[in-house]
Amino acid sequence: MPAELAIHARGVTRVYKAKPDPVTALGGVDLDVEPGEFFGLLGPNGAGKTTLIKILTTLLLPTSGTAKVAGFDVVTETAKIRRVINMVSGGEQSGYGLLTTREQLWMFSQFYGLPTREGWRRVDELIEITGLQEQRDQKVRTLSTGQRQKLNFARGMINDPWVLFLDEPTLGLDVGAARDLREHTLAWRAAAPGRTVLLTTHYMVEAEQLCDRIAIVDRGKILALGTPEELRRRVQAESIFRIELDHLPESGGLAGLAALPGVLSAVAADEDGSDGAGADRVALKVALADDSALTTVVTAMAERGSHLVGLAKSEPSLEDVFVELVGRGFGDQNDEQRS
Amino acid sequence: MTGYRGSHATNAQEAAEWSNRRIIANNLRAIVGRAYPRIIGLTREPSWVFFEILLPFLAVSAFVFVYRALEAPEEYIGFVVLGGAVTSFWLNVVWMMAAQFYWEKDQGNLELYFTAPMHLMSILAGMAIGGLVMTSSRAIAVIGIGSILFGVTYDIREPLLLVAAFVLTMIPLYGLGMLFASLFLMWGREASHLAELLQEPIYFLGGVNFPLRALGAVSGVVVAILPLAVGLDAMRQLTFPGPLSQGLLPVGTELLILGAMSIVFLVGARFALAYLEHLARREGRLTLRWQ
Repeated sequence: MPAELAIHARGVTRVYKAKPDPVTALGGVDLDVEPGEFFGLLGPNGAGKTTLIKILTTLLLPTSGTAKVAGFDVVTETAKIRRVINMVSGGEQSGYGLLTTREQLWMFSQFYGLPTREGWRRVDELIEITGLQEQRDQKVRTLSTGQRQKLNFARGMINDPWVLFLDEPTLGLDVGAARDLREHTLAWRAAAPGRTVLLTTHYMVEAEQLCDRIAIVDRGKILALGTPEELRRRVQAESIFRIELDHLPESGGLAGLAALPGVLSAVAADEDGSDGAGADRVALKVALADDSALTTVVTAMAERGSHLVGLAKSEPSLEDVFVELVGRGFGDQNDEQRS
Repeated sequence: MTGYRGSHATNAQEAAEWSNRRIIANNLRAIVGRAYPRIIGLTREPSWVFFEILLPFLAVSAFVFVYRALEAPEEYIGFVVLGGAVTSFWLNVVWMMAAQFYWEKDQGNLELYFTAPMHLMSILAGMAIGGLVMTSSRAIAVIGIGSILFGVTYDIREPLLLVAAFVLTMIPLYGLGMLFASLFLMWGREASHLAELLQEPIYFLGGVNFPLRALGAVSGVVVAILPLAVGLDAMRQLTFPGPLSQGLLPVGTELLILGAMSIVFLVGARFALAYLEHLARREGRLTLRWQ
């Protein structure tokens, strides 16, 4: 039997009923993911990533369009899809707090039909892989956030799914725990051919580190798709600088900077929307049409009372691609949502 | 990482083809898996002895003292104790079957149940079996303590028929719970209000603390829809034979009604679940935890 695409979507839309107007979470997504691929959906909160995952994991029906997982239709062949997938979400609190780590995993192994002895063997294997040996007989409700998420990862791998969906899996984890889980996922994927992972994240580093290909998503649409290298090449023609100022000019701010001749975009330097430079300075990422525009920027800042305290030319990142495609950074999006 | 050795498929399409035997095994294992937390909970949280036995026993005692004060026949004390024991199962059905999917959705378990390959009826069956084991402990304790404290004596002449009456009461009772659980998929926070709504009227209509015949004309309607009422009436007839416990209908008829209810509620739950799953997927109600 020839292997089908792991994921195939054509014109998938999803509209939620809402007042006063319906909300379009997905606006016509086309996507093909090959078996064995580690594929990332990268986009800010509210981009539609989770909605797409819910459709592919048979939790939600598309409003229109067709979607298949492992060649099976998400509307009519849900039983077959559920035999070959699993899903892990960030911040997940699934299971029952009174069970131990080991018991919780065994319970889920039963939902996937693992024979009892095989189930316990698999549970112990996953406990070792995820480094939860010390917590194996600890009640789930006493686990820390990071340990809990490791347990969720182990649960997601309990049936060795052919397609694993990871929805913001490292959300809220500290750096060490997030790194561990990324390593576990890469090791699991590499252990057997054909294991496909679909990851949604708004962490650029995570997407770059893990994914073979990435789709940049915003407002329910895929804006660009390719390998991290291919995506970065889209903005290679531009000159991107990290500029540190003692403070932002009071007149115009970031918008004033972005409006200068030769400036393509100007955003806060770090992913989370903060500038990352500390209280006594601000760091900006500025895309210029070419290097010569830098003089204009520095001069304009000085005229507006801001002084340059640091300058470095940057290699383009995925966020630069996003900024070029959308005209704003992830942090800006989050700010919009908060306001 | 060696992985799950049970699958020898070389690609996802092969892995998705399951034999009927494997499908049945998967569902049986899912029942055991879901029953496990409820059964193990008996040993993990001993506080249930206080909340599940001693507190409800106060309500039983109140009725006993009322009947004693009124110098009612001693059979009535037995009716109340037996009613108190069977009530435990109704409370279990309302709070830990019908409303359970709401809590499961809130925890994020519901999504995982739906994305797993077993049928959701297996999860409900696991909940029911686990709940039945858990609640049986409470029911036995209520009967045991009640019998010792209030000197209740039983005259069981047909023990097998009594067991049959108990089993035939539990099947439609938990079947009704499964049916409600399906309906609760469509509700959000209102689920707990609905559960409360189901609780007190059934105490009254179920004849938990008095013989069902006392309800008069209403009792005919009750018999038609409430397995608790029919089953309790049959069990009282089999436990306290005598003129005072003359049932609403003969035991044989009541067992037939319970058998019919079992089929109606289980089949109804199966179809309601399939329909409401589709509706919930269409409207996004399986995933929006804030609903």
